[in-house]
Amino acid sequence: MGIEGIGARVARKEDKRFITGSGRYVDDMVVPGMKHAAFVRSPHAHADIKKIDVKAAQAMPGVIAVLTGKEIKADGIGNLICGWMIHSKDGTPMKMGAWSPMAVDRVRYVGDAVAIVVAETKGQARDAAEAVEVTYKEKKSVADAVEALKKGAPQLHPEADGNLIYDWEIGDSAATDAAIAKAAHVTKMHIVNNRLVPNAMEPRAALGHYDKGEDHYTCWTTSQNPHVARLVMSAFYNVAPENKLRVIAPDVGGGFGSKIFIYPEEIVCLWASKRAGVPVKWVADRTESFLTDAHGRDHVSEVQLAFDADNRMTALKVDTVANFGAYMSLFSSSVPTYLYATLLSGQYAIPAIHANVRAVYTNTAPVDAYRGAGRPEATYLLERVVETAARELGVSPAELRRKNFIREFPYQTPVIMAYDAGDYETSLEAAMKEADYAGFEKRREKAKKAGKLRGIGMSCYIEACGIAPSAAVGSLGAGVGLWESAEVRVNAVGTIEVLTGSHSHGQGHETTFSQLVADRFGVPIDSVSIVHGDTDKVQMGMGTYGSRSGAVGMSAVVKALDKVEAKAKKIAAHLMEADEGDIVIENGELKVAGTDKSVPWFQLALAAYTAHNLPGGMEPGLKEGAFYDPTNFTFPAGCYICEVEVDPDTGETEIVQFVAADDFGNIINPMIVEGQVHGGIAQGIGQALLEGAHYDPASGQLLTASYMDYTMPRADDLPSFKVSTSNTPCPGNPLGIKGCGEAGAIGSPPAVINAITNAIGNNDLAMPATAQKVWSALKAATKH
Amino acid sequence: MSQVEMVVNGRKVSGTVEDRTLLVHYLREHLGMTGTHVGCDTSQCGACVVHMDGKAVKSCSILAAQASGSDIVTIEGLANGADLHPVQAAFREHHGLQCGFCTPGMIMAATDMIARHPEGLDEKTVRAELEGNICRCTGYHNIVKAILAASKAMGKAGKGKTKKAA
Repeated sequence: MGIEGIGARVARKEDKRFITGSGRYVDDMVVPGMKHAAFVRSPHAHADIKKIDVKAAQAMPGVIAVLTGKEIKADGIGNLICGWMIHSKDGTPMKMGAWSPMAVDRVRYVGDAVAIVVAETKGQARDAAEAVEVTYKEKKSVADAVEALKKGAPQLHPEADGNLIYDWEIGDSAATDAAIAKAAHVTKMHIVNNRLVPNAMEPRAALGHYDKGEDHYTCWTTSQNPHVARLVMSAFYNVAPENKLRVIAPDVGGGFGSKIFIYPEEIVCLWASKRAGVPVKWVADRTESFLTDAHGRDHVSEVQLAFDADNRMTALKVDTVANFGAYMSLFSSSVPTYLYATLLSGQYAIPAIHANVRAVYTNTAPVDAYRGAGRPEATYLLERVVETAARELGVSPAELRRKNFIREFPYQTPVIMAYDAGDYETSLEAAMKEADYAGFEKRREKAKKAGKLRGIGMSCYIEACGIAPSAAVGSLGAGVGLWESAEVRVNAVGTIEVLTGSHSHGQGHETTFSQLVADRFGVPIDSVSIVHGDTDKVQMGMGTYGSRSGAVGMSAVVKALDKVEAKAKKIAAHLMEADEGDIVIENGELKVAGTDKSVPWFQLALAAYTAHNLPGGMEPGLKEGAFYDPTNFTFPAGCYICEVEVDPDTGETEIVQFVAADDFGNIINPMIVEGQVHGGIAQGIGQALLEGAHYDPASGQLLTASYMDYTMPRADDLPSFKVSTSNTPCPGNPLGIKGCGEAGAIGSPPAVINAITNAIGNNDLAMPATAQKVWSALKAATKH
Repeated sequence: MSQVEMVVNGRKVSGTVEDRTLLVHYLREHLGMTGTHVGCDTSQCGACVVHMDGKAVKSCSILAAQASGSDIVTIEGLANGADLHPVQAAFREHHGLQCGFCTPGMIMAATDMIARHPEGLDEKTVRAELEGNICRCTGYHNIVKAILAASKAMGKAGKGKTKKAA
């Protein structure tokens, strides 16, 4: 592997700028003549817009323009769309309501954009936004998805009768019901997956610049996928044709899914730049982020898990209601369907599975993919019901899982996914050993003497990464292909640029992608530059989400490297008068195997560009591109064990031990992989213990719209984590890697709740398990 | 409007600002020093931490006018030329950052924390004292590790100097 190659624990190249304050985020960008924008937003969850009076605002100091939804509509800018078509079980297409970039006659959630003010300074823009007079006629609102389905609930969109977007199913309903009917035991649960706000630390921002002379637009935006942004804004929103629109996502301060989607603000800033004749920058404040970033999760489910007399799983039946918020965000429809229900088999051989999912409009912020996207919801549901079943059956949770593990691969689940490889037993064993699972009872006794209730819980998760084979997702309704592209440019002096459609917003691509090149050609990673995040530099790409940059993005780089290597070897063979098959690349040199003949890498590169002595008919230069379309999803899996101590007097939970044993296949940089797992676990523990987005049921106001009200995990809420990996290579891609970005957030919530419920002896506990909830559950348990 | 003048990273600066201008906005928008970040509106996240007269402060909670006359050090002024400050070096070595957005505030808070604890730090103290800084990427695991390592390294360096002086 070399000291900087595949598998090496290399310190990150990108850190230099971040630790010295030299990072370049959207809010750091300044364009000559740039002005500042503030949005006027709905204070109501549901209301008709009767009148918008902008006169007073227009007269305020520094104001350049005040623009409304009517004007953007009149200019032909299109509505926002959801790009994944789902059909209901009756065959009808999903019911997508209109989402104008700025509301025209109706607002549907608190924070819905109504108008934009452009002014000389940020302060002036905000002052003037306050002076825009909007006359609303309030309507009844509904924030809860189950309530929104009830008869008589307020209706959001004329397109979606009863607020139902789709009623979808997967699996064999009859076989599942039959298996449940003759089961020896059925565990039934009501499971709520709490609504979360992603909270990337960098708030969303957009800088739109219309260049009149060139009739060309540039958009700097906080995006995980700038090419998708350009595609969607061109093809659907009619902002500008692709060749007239450049999208740049520079340093981006975290995404976790929330920066995948194309939001109204970037569209409006681009359009407003043309209308106002100045570059327009908007930066969300934190409350604006809470109100308008796409939220995550928010499922309510009923589940039944059936067993035969030998404790083997025979059937799983799931009925889920998914809250979509006021509008369908870009990939919202795929989250509770193909990213959720297809993972319900977990690590277990379950012969019959059926899931029904209803997607529902409510007067809340749009809901879409958040770290894990569907898989955390599936894992939480399954791992809570498996742990509960073990308790009901009076068997060890570890043994019940072990007994039902899938052990032969490939394995076709009853819900589309075909698992290619895995070794669940190894992860389970590793986690139990690291956690000293066997010694738990002793620790419980010791804690009891100290007046604490100690509990242990586990979770065996599987997820699907590396989204995904284009033809397959196309057949399931995706509006795009999910390949990735790469270009490897060897410069005439031997330094190398790798252009990728993947986007790094914390994942360390500048380091790990460089490691691939160092590994292949034996050159130092400092001679490699990774270029990403700019549609003028990288032709096309699908971006970073779903833990796809390794499995898909890097595979594209590998394909391009293969081509470069093949051409380099041809040139080397020609220069050294050797057989092409005898050329090997080692330590930055091309050598003729078994001889002392060699050409240094830089000299080979120069030869490719001087073109004085190339093989007959060969084109000059050394630059190759590739597109990689995956053959399957990848299936990372693992076992997480959480141990807690609950203070019975206060209900406070302390996580005293957290163990993660993951199987990510081959690993490029273990340091970065561990960091991804740490971060994921913190978000999972946040969901389990602390975080929850709450809307007031009567008014539809978001009650948790600041860091004073929404509990983010802080350093003193968390322990240090014990993480390890086992490596069953993924057979589906050239590097054998699976993806590690979301596992932590997927595997951890059920482990935490299983531990707390184990400690307090009451299984009826919803996330987030705040001290008050735990204390109440404990009191309820001790009443009996 | 207010007249402000202060020393930022050893350089005298002055200007006229709106009275409501926060120190962080003065640094970012008037001086073009964008290393200090804004991650919230409620003084919770700590992305904006700078040193004012030797103490860590959240620059979103201080008016530029209030900071007039003071000595400010920001993330841009922490390294000694090309030599990274030990806390910066430890964050890199221990992978204490991912997206980099909270990092300037984390490093400035950590530097202050280490200075306030010349006796050394333990994990519990670091976690408790990081309460005013939010990171969404790292789960704090490697940030804590980096601060403990930097504290140790700086303690050793400090002791070395004392010995030499003696």
